[in-house]
Amino acid sequence: MSGTEAVFWFFAAVAIISAFLCITRRSPVASALWLVSTLFALAAIFVLLDAHFIAAIQVLVYAGAIMVLFLFVIMLLNLGRAGPTDMLGWAGRLVMFAVGALLVVELWVLVRIVPAEELQLPTGAMVQLTEQEGAVRVISEPLFRGFLVPFEITSILLLAAIVGAVVLAKRKL
Amino acid sequence: MLLGPSLGVSAILFSLGVAGVLLRRNAIVIFMCIELMLNAVNLSFVALAQQLGREGQVIVFFVMAVAAAEAAVGLAIMIAIYRHKSSVNVKEINLLRG
Amino acid sequence: MPASVGWVWLVVLLPLAGFVANGALSLLRPEAKRAVSAIGVGVLVLSFLIAVGVVGGVATAAPHSPYVLTYWQWMPAGGLEIDLAFQVDQLSAVMLMVVTGVSMVIHIFSVGYMGDDPGYARYFAYLNLFVFFMLVLVLGANFPVMFVGWEGVGLCSYLLIGFWFENNAFADAGKKAFIMNRIGDFGFLIAMFMIFHAVGSLSFVEVFEAAPGTFEVGGTTITLITLALFLGCAGKSAQIPLYTWLPDAMAGPTPVSALIHAATMVTAGVYLVARTNVLFAIAPVSSFVVAAVGAATALFAATIALKQWDIKKVLAYSTVSQLGYMFMGVGVGAYAAGMFHLTTHAFFKALLFLGSGSVIHALHHAYHATHRHEDAQDMRNMGGLRRAMPWTTGFMWVATLAIAGVPLFSGFFSKDEILAMTFVRGHDAGAFYVLWMVGVVAALLTAFYMTRMMLYTFHGPNRTGEQERGHLREAPWVMTGPLLVLAVGSVFAGLLNLPAILPGSGWLHHWLEPVTEGSAAYLPDLHLGSDTEWMLLGLATVVAAAGILGAWNFLKPAQLKPAREAPVETGIQRVLLRKWYVDEIYDWLVVRPVMWMSDRAFWKVMDVKVIDGAFVNGSATVARALGWVGSRFQTGSVGVYLFLFVMGVLILMRAVIR
Repeated sequence: MSGTEAVFWFFAAVAIISAFLCITRRSPVASALWLVSTLFALAAIFVLLDAHFIAAIQVLVYAGAIMVLFLFVIMLLNLGRAGPTDMLGWAGRLVMFAVGALLVVELWVLVRIVPAEELQLPTGAMVQLTEQEGAVRVISEPLFRGFLVPFEITSILLLAAIVGAVVLAKRKL
Repeated sequence: MLLGPSLGVSAILFSLGVAGVLLRRNAIVIFMCIELMLNAVNLSFVALAQQLGREGQVIVFFVMAVAAAEAAVGLAIMIAIYRHKSSVNVKEINLLRG
Repeated sequence: MPASVGWVWLVVLLPLAGFVANGALSLLRPEAKRAVSAIGVGVLVLSFLIAVGVVGGVATAAPHSPYVLTYWQWMPAGGLEIDLAFQVDQLSAVMLMVVTGVSMVIHIFSVGYMGDDPGYARYFAYLNLFVFFMLVLVLGANFPVMFVGWEGVGLCSYLLIGFWFENNAFADAGKKAFIMNRIGDFGFLIAMFMIFHAVGSLSFVEVFEAAPGTFEVGGTTITLITLALFLGCAGKSAQIPLYTWLPDAMAGPTPVSALIHAATMVTAGVYLVARTNVLFAIAPVSSFVVAAVGAATALFAATIALKQWDIKKVLAYSTVSQLGYMFMGVGVGAYAAGMFHLTTHAFFKALLFLGSGSVIHALHHAYHATHRHEDAQDMRNMGGLRRAMPWTTGFMWVATLAIAGVPLFSGFFSKDEILAMTFVRGHDAGAFYVLWMVGVVAALLTAFYMTRMMLYTFHGPNRTGEQERGHLREAPWVMTGPLLVLAVGSVFAGLLNLPAILPGSGWLHHWLEPVTEGSAAYLPDLHLGSDTEWMLLGLATVVAAAGILGAWNFLKPAQLKPAREAPVETGIQRVLLRKWYVDEIYDWLVVRPVMWMSDRAFWKVMDVKVIDGAFVNGSATVARALGWVGSRFQTGSVGVYLFLFVMGVLILMRAVIR
């Protein structure tokens, strides 16, 4: 096992364990914090997968902005304490974990499908690209050329989300 | 080659997200589980982008943007529901009963 | 291609432009009658002049395969390619002259006849539109384009029969014509489908070229195709069993009867058979059916015409009868003879109708002046009109002698040629002798009923009424002028195709040879020995004379009473007056069963019980029941929804994994 792989498996373990704890902790605040832990571990894995810019965004947007928003709402609505009916009973938990396990099995079969040979890039291509163009340009190049229209549409979506959030959350318009 | 293991981890995280959605009754936690699923998918995208080209990373970028929008609107809805019902327990949110 | 043939589109487009202009005027300024007349008649005169040029171009050019002028692609769909194309050849040239020439004359007559009508502009708009569609019909280079014209003239016929639509009976007559024609159009459509199925094309040139190789002589397919085509012809040209609409169509203005229901539209069926002569020649059974139906119609309609009192009804049944002759001609394979009779008939029948229009016009004005409400079309109210209307009387006599088949008038030659050709065919098959005899008897009846009509209308004492008599006037020149033109045609149109024994014979026959040569191979040689020819001519003369003199001696116009005082008819006379009760029989056989079925079966059972009950209310009940079942799943609990959703995803993914 190489050093990279060791690091990968470490963070993978962190991510999975944190995710498990996230869905099993009764307290919403605890869940949120374990989710943050998962997101950080994922950011580390992103780096290992040569996606440096995405890893940075992951920390900034997800672990930073979005999770702060979650915590803010939890605090605002004073939901920090877990309620008795917050989670299913033991029988329900078993069923739900069985469903999850079934999903893992099915996904595992799908994962084993290997992409066609001719589609694959040579090993280290992304690393080389990142070295040539810089971490940001790897994303920005296609984003502002081929994906310009989706990008603009996304901006409209965000604007709509802002307006919608204000409308929904405001007590009186 | 981290593609296989990455996709495996992604599958596990996704399933945990699904299990969480089914397991929990707190709407905000369900929301967090959905974020977890989105991240699991992002992991797949990034892992495949390493092999198949950077467009996968661009998609991840879009997923994040959509997730941010969704979180903003979703949490706003939570606030509206809480104001109405004084609870975010999905057991009590059954306005759709036929 | 001669340059003038390229102008043919203008011939067609001018009447359409006239329709647009007059249609606009009828909506915006219906009182502008001078402008309407100028446009309505002007476009026809121009159209006629250009048509003369086009036909001149065809005539001067060496015998040539038809000129097909393609304007644009109309319906390209897979193997089906239909162009908007006109075909100018010898046959369409004949029709071009008849249609534009007679139309022009009748348009001029209409200026006088319809002058007082409030719907003057609308009338001319319809009439122009009719000429447009009629020209599309005769010029179309493929079946669909012809069908557009075919349907279009049907539409105009409907519009003009029901021109005075305030009168319910007139509007009903229009509907009757439309529905009867629809039955025929069904046959036309089926024939088109079958032709396309068999040949893979609908263009005249291609179909007629491919026909000899595609169809075997007397084969089932070609027989069915031609019979279906003939059903279309029977509808449009008022043959048994679809003829009953034509007499009712006399509800329209009289010039319309002259133009549409005598000279042009109703001859479209004859034109269609002549146009598809190759197909009919390959199907001898169908050809015989055409000839037999034609002969039967000729006799049957002639018997009815014997006893009609309405002057226009007499002419209407006479038209049906003469159309029967034309079908007899094209049925026995004498396509040129059929077209010849079509041409001469267009002249003398248009003349008869216009003359009767002139009479009706005079009577109408007379009754109008004295505010009496009598039937201006009933011959029992006429009599002795020759003193008031000498010109009309003279012209009507010319036409009567022509239609009766008096020697040297046009109808003599054309009718005799059809009968002679039928007689010749009798050498091969005896059944044609029967048709010939039927034709001769019908000719006798024709001479009789036409003389009867003239006698009751123009001779003997006047029965119009004491006060009205002074108001009877000859029609203005704008009406008698067209009569003069048509009278000249009625006398001299016979020169187009003199019998073989006379010098300068068979001009029209030779003219049409390029069109009919495709069918010549399938037909026996229609040649007549000169002895037989003289004998037949003599017989025709005797028959005509017998009919005219018989009527002159047998009928006593002096004893006739005006319509108001006339006694009730009895016996065979009553049967003939009621037109053999055919309308009543159709009413019993078709209309009433359909009404009964519609009422009892389709409305009270099918519509109310099945459609409303089972389908409409039933589907509502089923939907409600399913909705109730579905609503049981709608617990409103997000958890349940999510669980069902995830299970669905799992099942779908299981399906994806092999």
